[in-house]
Amino acid sequence: MKKMGIIATKGTLDMAYPPLILASTAAALGWDVQVFCTFYGLELLRKNLDGIRVSPLANPAMPMPIPMPVFVQALPGMEAMATMMMKQKIKSKGVASLQELRDMCVEADVQFVACQMTVDLFEFDKKEFIDGIDFVGAASFMEFAGEADVCLFI
Amino acid sequence: MNFDKELDTRGMNCPLPILKTKKALADMSSGQILKVVSTDAGSVKDMQAFANQTGNPLMSSSEEKGEYIFMMQKK
Repeated sequence: MKKMGIIATKGTLDMAYPPLILASTAAALGWDVQVFCTFYGLELLRKNLDGIRVSPLANPAMPMPIPMPVFVQALPGMEAMATMMMKQKIKSKGVASLQELRDMCVEADVQFVACQMTVDLFEFDKKEFIDGIDFVGAASFMEFAGEADVCLFI
Repeated sequence: MNFDKELDTRGMNCPLPILKTKKALADMSSGQILKVVSTDAGSVKDMQAFANQTGNPLMSSSEEKGEYIFMMQKK
C-alpha cells in the first residue's frame, strides 16, 4: 500500500483544493495518506470551511471575466466578490465543495494532523477545528514522511 | 452486460466519480458488477487507474452519446 504525505501551508479557496483532491483520490485508491496542516493550511481543519476566501489581488493567474487593473482588485468588496464568483463556478461545474471533499477525506481515513506550533503562534482555539486530529510537531510528521512514496508541499 | 448496481455520476467532476465509485463498491459483494455513468472525460483514465490500483477489474469502458459507461467488478 502506497503512502502519501501532504504538507498543506495555504488557506485560500484556490489553494485549499489541491491537498483535499489529492488526498481524497489517493485514499480512494487505497493509499495511506497523511495531511500535515501548518500556517494557513490550518484553515482546512476548521469545523466550518465557509470562511475560506480567495483574493483577486496580486493573483495574475486568476481568470477574470473582464481585465482588472491591480488598483481595482484592492477595492473593498473585491475579495468577497471573487470568492463568491469562484464558489459559484465550482458549483456549476460539478466540482465538489471543500466541505464535501474534506468529509470524503475523513470517511476514507485520511489522517489530518495539525502543526501545534502554528496553533500556538496564531493563538487558535482547538475547539475551532474538527475532531479526531492530532496536534503534532514536525518531527512526528518526518516519521511518516520518511516512509512515504510521495510527499508533496502545497 | 448485466450489472447489480448503477451509479450515476453525471455532472460530477474529478475526483467525485472515483470517490463515489469507491463508496458504492464498498457496499457490494465480491463478484458483483457496478455500472458507473459519467460525463467527466477525465474519468476514462481515472477509472482504469482505479481498477489497476485497487484490483477491482474494469470489465468494460465505453462511450455513448457523450456519456461514459463503465462496468466494474468488485474483486
